[in-house]
Amino acid sequence: MQLVLEKRAERSGTIALVSPLIAIGLTILTMVILFAILGKNPLLALHAYFIAPLTDGYSLQEIAVKATPLVMIAIGLSLCYLANAWNIGAEGQFLIGAVAGSWIAVRTQGTDAGAWVLPAMLVLAAAAGALYALIPAICKVKFGASEILTSLMLVYVADLFLDYLVRGPWRDPHGFNFPTTAEFDPVATVPLLIEGGRLHLGSIIALLVVAAAAILLARTIKGFEIRVVGAAPRAARFGGFNANQLVILTFAVSGALAGLAGIIEVAGPVGHLQPGISPGYGFTAIIVAFLGRLNPLGILIAGLFLALTFIGGEQAQIAMKIPLDVTKVFQGILLFYVLACDSLILYRFKLVFPNRQVTRGAG
Amino acid sequence: MELVEAIILSVLAASTPLLIAATGELVTERSGVLNLGVEGMMIVGAACGFAGAWLTGSIFIGALFGIVAGTMMSLIFALMALGLAVNQVATGLALTILGVGLSGLIGAGFVGERITPAVHLFIPGLTDIPLVGRVLFGEDGFVYVSIALVLGVWWFLYRTRAGLILRACGDNHVSAHALGYPVLRIRTFAVMFGGACAGLAGAYLPLAYTPFFIPGMTAGRGWIALALVVFSSWRPGRLVVGAYLFGAVTILQLHAQGWGVGIPSQFMSALPYLATIIVLVLLSRARSGGSTAPAALGTVFVPDR
Repeated sequence: MQLVLEKRAERSGTIALVSPLIAIGLTILTMVILFAILGKNPLLALHAYFIAPLTDGYSLQEIAVKATPLVMIAIGLSLCYLANAWNIGAEGQFLIGAVAGSWIAVRTQGTDAGAWVLPAMLVLAAAAGALYALIPAICKVKFGASEILTSLMLVYVADLFLDYLVRGPWRDPHGFNFPTTAEFDPVATVPLLIEGGRLHLGSIIALLVVAAAAILLARTIKGFEIRVVGAAPRAARFGGFNANQLVILTFAVSGALAGLAGIIEVAGPVGHLQPGISPGYGFTAIIVAFLGRLNPLGILIAGLFLALTFIGGEQAQIAMKIPLDVTKVFQGILLFYVLACDSLILYRFKLVFPNRQVTRGAG
Repeated sequence: MELVEAIILSVLAASTPLLIAATGELVTERSGVLNLGVEGMMIVGAACGFAGAWLTGSIFIGALFGIVAGTMMSLIFALMALGLAVNQVATGLALTILGVGLSGLIGAGFVGERITPAVHLFIPGLTDIPLVGRVLFGEDGFVYVSIALVLGVWWFLYRTRAGLILRACGDNHVSAHALGYPVLRIRTFAVMFGGACAGLAGAYLPLAYTPFFIPGMTAGRGWIALALVVFSSWRPGRLVVGAYLFGAVTILQLHAQGWGVGIPSQFMSALPYLATIIVLVLLSRARSGGSTAPAALGTVFVPDR
């Protein structure tokens, strides 16, 4: 007797709908075991992670603030992944966007530059992110170099470049030698939505990005091309769709969104450029994209959920001394369960009672 | 002369983890499986390796811990990518994300601790030979293991029947299956071998390269190992050349920083990553005629019955 995988005649709609929920359930179960191993009360830990942040206004705003970059990056990544282009260097594009936008903020610091500063920062950051993402895309299309490896290598390069800038030319002369730029001027700062709160204009931009992606995918020919090239490359070739062009396009769009997310984070919640502006948003966004099933609305929900784990993780660390790395483990396990449950949309398990002759070699 | 010898020694030390991890991944990929989780398996190997050595005081047991940890991580990958037919790229990424978190969790208690690093071979007379003595007869055990590993893999892939079958699975899993070979079982073993090697390579870092553990100490070496496999055209011989070239780039930038070359240190540190991109581009371009990659690399296989 043996358990084997068998292709379903057609994809299962029911499982497609509930699989993210099953995945979250299984992850929470696994976390209970992990908390018990760490010697923490699992119920209290789960409460700190998932319930406590939802009970006060400050944490709710903080969740929206954390979800903003995650959703923006994940929307871009989902376009890439739908088109079967593997951009995993969003973290680098995020950092380069932050650097490029900060350039304007640093150069106009202390001058009487007007209201054009912030829009210019956003545009430049998006352009820089797109250009940075085009490096792996062009290497892939022109030379056939693996975009997975090149886009990832550029993350380390971007990280070092940012480090150089804030320790060298852009360091705040009054910053007691800390590696950071001076605080940005008010005209170079993303405005808050609620006076004295944390929620800022970036969250609105993220919502607009979600809406735009939903329209692109559901209502435009480009969106259709993206989906076909990824799902049925042969059909796309017969249809005359240019797969290379879509690799370039999706990389550029995802790079632009990551860059935009980068400058919004720096000019918003952080307020200045410094190393460590991202707790791995670019990588967590990969999980967001898959948990949201590469669907804009799904990504919005998934982004809020993963933002909750960031905030919950911080609260659990303060309240119960649970290490912050638990959040990363949680996110990794979640991605595994999401992928595994997604597999059951296309396949199902079947018990077979092998007949000896056939299975001797085929096992 | 002293300096030349010192540079060669440090190049070998920097290359060894790359060589070990890439050799394992080469076998995995030759069976048709693309495991992008090398970085994750390495970093868990580093944390567990250090934990093992610190708890027992034995470098050897530390290395074993690393190997076992890497193998366990690779089993998660095998379960997903082979057992459940999940997209291999996505699974590999998940493995790396999980590995980074796990290693932080495991290693948290060991940050700041020190161990006595792996001892170097010493053969009176031979090790004292100027210039080549220490290079050939004065390395730590990992360096010799890495060489033996590459030779063994070369012999296995090209000189044994099992190696031929493994390559057949990588080039055409449908035919291999039709011939009666257990494709998924063979691939599982190949993935486990890759995991064991990645774990050992990760353990090398805190056990021999630097005698302490810091979170994130693999610093992208797993990804560079993946690039090396592409560089090698999936051939063990070229892997050695590639690994030592990359080790040399790493060491040269370190020395350049030490000599006070007027370039900011961050730009020098970026060199190995930039070199990886340039090499990938040049090589991919050179073989635009036809790919040397295993034909079934990264594709899902669900045997029909």
